[in-house]
Amino acid sequence: MIRVVLPPHLRGLARISGEVQLEIAGRPTVRSVVDALEAQYPMLHGTIRDHVTQQRRPFLRFFACEEDLSQESPDAPLPDAVVSGKEPLLIVGAIAGG
Amino acid sequence: MSGVRVLVGTRKGAFILTSDGKRAKWDVSGPHFAGWELYHIKGSPADPNRLYASQTSGWFGQIIQRSEDGGKTWHQPGTPPGEPAPGPGDMPKGDSNKFAYDISEKTGKPLTTHQFYDGKQHPWEFKRVWHLEPSLTDPDTVYAGVEDAALFRSTDGGKSWHELAGLRGHGTGPMWQPGAGGMCLHTIVLDPGNPQRIFVAISAAGAFRSDDAGKNWRPINRGLKSPYIPNPEAEVGHCVHRIALHPSRPNVLFMQKHWDVMRTDNAGDSWTEVSGNLPTDFGFVIDVHAHEPETVYVVPIKSDGEHFPLDGQLRVYRSRTGGNEWEALTKGLPQSDCYVNVLRDAMAVDSLDKCGIYFGTTGGQVYASADAGDNWAAIVRDLPAVLSVEVQTLP
Repeated sequence: MIRVVLPPHLRGLARISGEVQLEIAGRPTVRSVVDALEAQYPMLHGTIRDHVTQQRRPFLRFFACEEDLSQESPDAPLPDAVVSGKEPLLIVGAIAGG
Repeated sequence: MSGVRVLVGTRKGAFILTSDGKRAKWDVSGPHFAGWELYHIKGSPADPNRLYASQTSGWFGQIIQRSEDGGKTWHQPGTPPGEPAPGPGDMPKGDSNKFAYDISEKTGKPLTTHQFYDGKQHPWEFKRVWHLEPSLTDPDTVYAGVEDAALFRSTDGGKSWHELAGLRGHGTGPMWQPGAGGMCLHTIVLDPGNPQRIFVAISAAGAFRSDDAGKNWRPINRGLKSPYIPNPEAEVGHCVHRIALHPSRPNVLFMQKHWDVMRTDNAGDSWTEVSGNLPTDFGFVIDVHAHEPETVYVVPIKSDGEHFPLDGQLRVYRSRTGGNEWEALTKGLPQSDCYVNVLRDAMAVDSLDKCGIYFGTTGGQVYASADAGDNWAAIVRDLPAVLSVEVQTLP
């Protein structure tokens, strides 16, 4: 079971509160987790990855286990602690403004 | 008694204001989509309870929302809450938010770059929907004006969108460039007497017209003069802020350009300036009285560098002569220390008798006049900065 923490705007859009829990077949990656997230919450299509290019939107980052995974390949395996459900995958909006 | 519904888009959500035909007491609902930018909300003339909304964010992209009950509840078209995910072969959910430029040889030709601020060519990149214009006759058909500038159409109630690529592809696209607010298609005007005719306006490219329901397009900017571009009378490159028409005379269009208020009597084939005695002819909004085709409203703004009213006095100007002769309307509007702006999609009129005029400010006020502009009052204040105002006159 993969745990995912979404930013508040996307929780509101998906009409959920708290973490999302997803079952992923095979070795979980950022790509497979976002695929599963969009399948379960189709209103999130295009909000995390660009609809056309499938690239991560520029003001969003992926973190887990206190590490920034944003620059990793979307097909890189997620850390064991995320795979085991001990730690969540964090999808974080960049902080802007002062 | 008839009523009025005012649809307000702001930097941090949508608000819906309702009143009876007296337009004296107002109920406010919202914020809807709190925390998101709501660039535009508009109802279908064919089904007033069908509303479309552009919900957008620099972080999370573009969302299209739809309501079937006048804004009480909303859903993404094709993606109702709680509905199971699509099966194999089904149309993917979330397509209502997908605006993919057409770069096919057949239609898009393929057109991939426009002029950037630095004069170099730059790829077209979708950013957001500025304006939604529902069909006058079919609730499921709606047009979307987007940044970077292009026109899209949905014929399935917003579930899917397809570019009318002849606009970008007609030939002048590589010369279009962004204005200060981006390169946006912000105005869509449907001719009520001719379903084949569509007008659009783009900053900073100009006005364009299609006479075949959006397939082919041509610039309609003859007569515009913009001293701040290399060729002031160029075919394209003009920063048109807004155009409006009266339904009874669709060949007469009024335009608030970056500077200059203009009119055409031949559907844009040529324009003449009607700024007349305006204290400044810079501004964003322009609209036409619901029952008097020669009565026009603007809100003069000091300049392109100082986006607020002259002398701190918020004044609507009205011409009853189709331009050139303008009178200041001030009763009920702040006449000192007012430094708000009124953005291009933030003025609308109702069709009651007397005609109601409405506009919203970047200071979060929505002002209304129930007597064609003679007297004004804030029907709500202290909202987030207002991006758009639309009005529905209800039976």
